[in-house]
Amino acid sequence: MILRRAALLPGFAVLALCAGTVLVLLMTADGSDGLSRADWATLRFTIWQAILSALFSGIVGVTFARALYRTAFPGRGFLITVLGAPFLLPAIVAVLGLLAIWGRGGVVSAGLAPFGYGPIDIYGAHGVIVAHVFFNAPLVARLVLQGWARIPGEQFRLADHLGLTGWYRFRHLEWPMLRTVLPGALLIVFLLCITTFAIALTLGGGPRATTLEVAIYQAIRLEFDLGRAGFLAAIQTGLCLVIAVAVLGLAAPSDTMRGIALRPTSTIRAKGAARFDKGLIALLTLFLASPLVAVLIRGIGGLAELPAGLWETSVRSIILALSSAILVSLLAVPIAWGLAGLRRFAAVAEGAMMVTLAISPFVLAAGLFLMIRDHVSPFAVALPMVVLVNALAALPFALRALVSAFVNAERVEGRLAQSLGLRGWGLWRIVFWPHVRPALGLSAGLAAAVSMGDLGVIALFGSTATQTLPFAMLSLMGAYQMEAAAGVALLLVSLSFALFALFDRWGRA
Amino acid sequence: MIAFNSAKLANGGFTLNADLSVLGGTCTAVIGASGAGKSTLLMALAGFVPVARGSIHVAEKRIDDLPPADRPVSILFQDHNLFGHLTVRDNVALGLRPNLSLSTKDRERVDEALAQVDLHDLADRRPAALSGGQQQRVALARTLLRDRPVLLLDEPFAALGPGLRLEMLALVARLTEERALTTLMVTHNPEDAARICPQAIVVTNGHAVPPQPTQTLLADPPEDLARYLGRTTPQ
Amino acid sequence: MNRFPLTLALTLAPLAVAAQDTPELIVYTYDSFVSDWGPGPQIEANFEAICDCDLTFVGTGDGAAMVARLQLEGTTTDADIVLGLDTNLTAQAAATGLFADAPADVAAPQLPVEWDDPIFVPFDYSPFAFVYDTTIVETPPTSFEELAASDLKIVIQDPRSSTPGLGLLMWVDTLKGDDAGALWEALSDNIVTVTSGWSEAYGLFLEGEADMALSYVTSPAYHIIAEEDETKAAAIFEEGHYLQVEVAGALAGSDQPELAAEFLRFIATDGFQGVIPEAQWMFPAYPIDLPEGYAALNQPETSLLLSAEDAQARRADALAIWRDALSQ
Repeated sequence: MILRRAALLPGFAVLALCAGTVLVLLMTADGSDGLSRADWATLRFTIWQAILSALFSGIVGVTFARALYRTAFPGRGFLITVLGAPFLLPAIVAVLGLLAIWGRGGVVSAGLAPFGYGPIDIYGAHGVIVAHVFFNAPLVARLVLQGWARIPGEQFRLADHLGLTGWYRFRHLEWPMLRTVLPGALLIVFLLCITTFAIALTLGGGPRATTLEVAIYQAIRLEFDLGRAGFLAAIQTGLCLVIAVAVLGLAAPSDTMRGIALRPTSTIRAKGAARFDKGLIALLTLFLASPLVAVLIRGIGGLAELPAGLWETSVRSIILALSSAILVSLLAVPIAWGLAGLRRFAAVAEGAMMVTLAISPFVLAAGLFLMIRDHVSPFAVALPMVVLVNALAALPFALRALVSAFVNAERVEGRLAQSLGLRGWGLWRIVFWPHVRPALGLSAGLAAAVSMGDLGVIALFGSTATQTLPFAMLSLMGAYQMEAAAGVALLLVSLSFALFALFDRWGRA
Repeated sequence: MIAFNSAKLANGGFTLNADLSVLGGTCTAVIGASGAGKSTLLMALAGFVPVARGSIHVAEKRIDDLPPADRPVSILFQDHNLFGHLTVRDNVALGLRPNLSLSTKDRERVDEALAQVDLHDLADRRPAALSGGQQQRVALARTLLRDRPVLLLDEPFAALGPGLRLEMLALVARLTEERALTTLMVTHNPEDAARICPQAIVVTNGHAVPPQPTQTLLADPPEDLARYLGRTTPQ
Repeated sequence: MNRFPLTLALTLAPLAVAAQDTPELIVYTYDSFVSDWGPGPQIEANFEAICDCDLTFVGTGDGAAMVARLQLEGTTTDADIVLGLDTNLTAQAAATGLFADAPADVAAPQLPVEWDDPIFVPFDYSPFAFVYDTTIVETPPTSFEELAASDLKIVIQDPRSSTPGLGLLMWVDTLKGDDAGALWEALSDNIVTVTSGWSEAYGLFLEGEADMALSYVTSPAYHIIAEEDETKAAAIFEEGHYLQVEVAGALAGSDQPELAAEFLRFIATDGFQGVIPEAQWMFPAYPIDLPEGYAALNQPETSLLLSAEDAQARRADALAIWRDALSQ
């Protein structure tokens, strides 16, 4: 038991690090200038784009999930699995793909031109929101699908049996489920969108649509105004904390990535409704898949253009990703084990860990920088910083999966293990490990993929000497070598997905 | 009353053949081993398992092409018969008005149905605050309001204690008689079948055997059924 | 730094072998300078041929962000030289106290303006201009007002990160002063996006995401010479064009002060200047023969440039006006 309490130490270390970061930022914060007109505009935009992004992601995600739940078609399981893909997709790659579809020179503009409609413009608020929906609607869809899967089949039959249709069916069957699943899902989306960086930086179109996260970056990296950076970081963290605490009380989201095999339960459906659902699925799949296909097509052409020396960059990126995966595993397994042992307090303690979501990677990096700046150049430690910050960013997700794995293991086999006198290593190997391994594979894969695509910390403290794949891609895009950038994008996506799949498969083997 | 005409019921990879008819106004048991297809028979009647070949008639009217809600049947599942977010009264009222907009008269009928199953004082509770037996009684009250000639019971009392189960069986028997229902009851328990169902259908080897008197069936079971009942014929 | 074996292994291992014997000169510059298509690789080869040293260019992002980066690193910086600031930033850079004076014997540059900066050595220049495609834009605007009144779509750069972005800010400020806000507000519906660096903006323009991009009057030379494409041109504004003079300076804390001085002298020679016209696509700061394609360029009649001190004094106000106008 003592050992188990001690296992929580890394958790305290993480919380202390986060608290320390916030403290350092608060101490540096200099709000004496107050918020300028532009700062208020930034704050307003940050909040309303996150609200709209969460709202639209919710609408699209729920619509998608509902259609997917009700419709049987070949490839359905595959489609549900790849709904997890955008979450692993490096933002910068997605931006490239979205531009290829929605940009002024993109497919949609080209398609509209013959009908006399001018090219559409993706830069600005709507571009940021479209990108966020692209990223987060699949996440919502997956979370909600799990909710649908939890509705007992009898209830669907009951609804058919009682003739509940349309609104009443939604009201009695689906709404009660959505009410428990949706707040948590939307909260995650909202927090991810509040702290958006790469998307706002590339698609925001300048001061018109800039977020606090970007403003923090600019204050540090462009203006060297650390007081202002601290001030903005404090505002952002406070904002996220208030909202996180408020919404987390409503419902807890469940694990995000696991594939689910579902079968529609009702057998007799109106042909028209089924066709409508299929059309809807096709449309939404097109929305989600087309940027990826664009990246793929352009990327294959660009592979020939890959700059020499990219292998070194790739190796560096892979080592970064693996380091993050290892670090998050080393942190999450003992913390989750300790948390699961807290029983009644587990939820509260896990909530505390979720709070790290409210501290954006950027804020964390900025705080770390302030702590070490007197001792070492932040640019010299850019790579360890990427590892640490991304591991911490993946930690809440890892804990969510691992804590429930430990709790499950104890619930299912705990009594049996006790009666057999299993303890120590044997307990771990026989009882915990089979439950923990899949969750661990998933979390490590997530951390690896997220670090691989990181453009936050590396944009803050990276340089050509510490080049990673996303950074190389940004540089190539910057040097209008779009072909080569597309090649790197393809390489980056392939490596991210491959690493994730590798870890995940290891977990499930 | 109920007729399966050379019907082939396809439930996923599993098929069940049924060519039989069931007497109206009385209770018929459906017995057989686990996985034999007892539920499939009921689900096909209720519209949740498609009929691949043949047809199903109720009161001379073909029903297998009707949507579940339009069929002349009420069904009770083993579990999850109630919506957790609705009160007992609303759950029962769904049998009358899916949109829950009730007239005064409707309200009276709901209370009446609840009184029939002895639950009128629990009308404002949610299902989670009821025992398993009470929950099934609520569902039964709803079938009364739906007022369909056929009542399908898919092991709804399997999870109840013996005393409670007997009470429920008595309630079903009473309602069947009072309302002249045609009741089909899936059960694992031969005594339950014997208690309230004069006839019984045996489901075995992918076939539903036409109803036979329950007493004779249990007294001299065919080999499959005997093995299931734990009574192997002496060598 | 050896506390972080991972970084060390990843970033320095390839360099470690070379660094043992030959002295290393580290030059911070903006990304596009070091890219495979920029002048960096050729200049590196030319200098290493005469210096018996190892010249390492480190791309640190966009030009205007370099001063902030130096401030972030402070005296812990590895850099010996910073290359790619312009006159709008030199006063701020000098004020950090991190820079050393240039050697006295650097040749005098040949620029459209007087040059007497003791710290920084200019290496190229060009007036800023909006570049357009002559097959798409038939009658280019001849002033900012005309541009703002048109429905042409433009991409510009962020003045906080990019030297062209800052150049545009000072250009508008020079012309309009405190009334710049009205012009920026009028321009805001023309601006497709504000990119962090020049090359991103120019890339978007070439991809068709905008009708015009803020660049240089010399930019069309790239298309004429490298691509034999004569459809790109710079729009000439009657009110005059702001000038960019790009400079390099040595850091006082350098562990290779002599090598740094040698590099600053090297800037004035053909080994550096000869690479500029056809890799940097700017006018060289020291007289050399220009390639033929340069003769075809549109050139403004009036050049504008604030002194380093004036630019520094105006920058914060101009930036605040810009942010307020474009954030609404």
